[in-house]
Amino acid sequence: MTGRGGRTIKVDTLARVEGEGALYIKMSGERVSDVKLRIYEPPRLFEAFLRGRHYSEAPDITARICGICPIAYQMSAIHAIERALAIKISPEVRLLRRLFYCGEWIESHALHIYMLHAPDFLGYQDVIELAKDHGPVVEKALRLKKIGNSIVHLLGGREIHPISAAVGGFHKVPSKRQLKELVSDLEWALETSLETVRWTSTLDFPHFEQDYEFVALRHPEEYPFNEGRLVSNRGLDIDAAEYEDRFVEFHVKHSNALQSIVRGRGSYLVGPLARFNLNFDKLPEVAQKVAAEVDLKPPVKNLFRSITVRAVELVFACAEALRVIGEYEPPAEPRVAPPNRRGVGQAITEAPRGILYHRYAIDDNGLIVSAKIVPPTSQNQKRIEDDLREFAAQLAAWSLEEATWKCEQAVRCYDPCISCATHFLKVVVERE
Amino acid sequence: MSSDSKRKGAKPAAKPKIGVFKFASCDGCQLSLLDAEDELLGVVGAVEIAYFPEASRTMLKGPYDIGLVEGSVTTHHDAERIQEIRRKCRTLITIGACATAGGIQALRNWKDVDEFVRAVYASPQFISTLKLSTPIAEHVPVDFELRGCPINKYQLIELLTATLVGRKPNIPTYSVCMECKRKGNVCIAVARGVPCLGPVTHTGCGALCPSYDRGCYGCYGPMETPNTASMTSQFRILGQNDDQIARAFRSFNAWSWQFRKASEECERA
Repeated sequence: MTGRGGRTIKVDTLARVEGEGALYIKMSGERVSDVKLRIYEPPRLFEAFLRGRHYSEAPDITARICGICPIAYQMSAIHAIERALAIKISPEVRLLRRLFYCGEWIESHALHIYMLHAPDFLGYQDVIELAKDHGPVVEKALRLKKIGNSIVHLLGGREIHPISAAVGGFHKVPSKRQLKELVSDLEWALETSLETVRWTSTLDFPHFEQDYEFVALRHPEEYPFNEGRLVSNRGLDIDAAEYEDRFVEFHVKHSNALQSIVRGRGSYLVGPLARFNLNFDKLPEVAQKVAAEVDLKPPVKNLFRSITVRAVELVFACAEALRVIGEYEPPAEPRVAPPNRRGVGQAITEAPRGILYHRYAIDDNGLIVSAKIVPPTSQNQKRIEDDLREFAAQLAAWSLEEATWKCEQAVRCYDPCISCATHFLKVVVERE
Repeated sequence: MSSDSKRKGAKPAAKPKIGVFKFASCDGCQLSLLDAEDELLGVVGAVEIAYFPEASRTMLKGPYDIGLVEGSVTTHHDAERIQEIRRKCRTLITIGACATAGGIQALRNWKDVDEFVRAVYASPQFISTLKLSTPIAEHVPVDFELRGCPINKYQLIELLTATLVGRKPNIPTYSVCMECKRKGNVCIAVARGVPCLGPVTHTGCGALCPSYDRGCYGCYGPMETPNTASMTSQFRILGQNDDQIARAFRSFNAWSWQFRKASEECERA
């Protein structure tokens, strides 16, 4: 498949990502002539069939966009609808939602770090092979993931598509005692997360730094989950309501997921690197300290170090979960009754993979008139292509097989969730 | 945990090969396999995961002893792919509401899909999709359909175990009410007038929603013999109008024939 000096890097089914995608890179010599991240996951058309549904159904329906981060969908949907209906939630519910999100971050980050990403650095095809040589590491990872899931399970009834989150609060809230039962596991998880930071920092990272525009939520007091302004390292500072003025979605032929750019600028990066770089000062001391210990300080511009950044976020999520449990008092009412009124509301929350935007317009009967959903992976899509253009050029001297695997790894650094993006991973590198 | 397949001397018996195939879906049902944290290493010790792109770069060619299919058929390409997968799998199991009943994306089945595509995509001409989202059994014979949105991971492990040893899986087909009673829940429909699809919905979730103070929303689809007409009149008694009842039947298992019939009757009423 290679002519002299030219080649095609091709991965037909990208593995260890959520959903279906492919990567195609065409090169002549050191020049990359084409990069396409093809998302062929079939479109499911959520924004279309949400029209005419009652707003109370939106959190459960949109959860089905992604089995890996259903809580992100529920949180963005709920906060957008609460804004449309001008609902104020109780401080207790606010705190419980943070705990709920901690559960999803722990589960999702543990899954990605150990089961999807680590095999790349250690030269294994998958976690099953990894388990043969590093049994105790995998057992630890599974326990960590399970602890995240146990938070979700307690608050939401089940890990995938939990059933308790609702507009206005929760259908049912846990007792203090039920939460206290999570403490010893979470203390273990915090220690294990610290070890995870140290362990991932010893991996061999390709040197690949780019000048990214990082985009994440920023809140005056805390590391962001559900609230804050949307900021970037290039001066962006907006409310969720301004999102569609400042970001443009466009449709390329090779992808069933819309791509997204900052209006007038270009691609941008969302997710752990962006959050860490923009919110380092809001991390708890334990997370800041371990980051310093492994010489990780903002701005981290090497994509491959995202595995360690994700581990730092694991530390944060465990520490934050413990803090919330320590402060928790059950609310007087699990949820406030939503009023029937028309309105438009937008919300952005931090899914494990980055910001997730929802907007709903609701009529007098509580029915959804229009909906818009912009998932993190579709926002990162253009950035992934831009990265690969640079990265593949650096790999010109490598064998096709090695170069292909490396490009695949670069994509996996984003923890892409293709089910979300279409609502992906094949890699093709062509050298001519 | 570790297998002894490389024991010296004894030639290991070939492990059954499992393939996991994805169609239009959220990935949640296949994730259930990775979510079975306590059982995962046991399961992968007993079988050979031959094709599971979400978890591994290894993609072995068939035939497979067991094929697990997630997702519904929504494209021409997928309609062809399922035929090929069926040919390669000795036992074909569908996992979840998309594969078994068309999933939430089957809401297009009552609407104009071209209008749907125009509503979501700037360049509708780039998108190729079928008018209907259909379950796998509308395309090929299926050996077992595991219900749920998402499936219950313990039922999945039971089903895999039963299939591997060649016995009937212990997966009940009665309603959510049976489980709910056994949990000792006070009936929220009777005691509090909350609309609840429990009486017509397939068991398997552990009567979750009623245990969390909300009505069942039918994510496991119809039970074996659902009396949807009676359910509809009960919902009316509880003050629900026909639009609301139609929406209740028309969610994650909307295209199952029983719920489909029930929702269409409400629309006509």
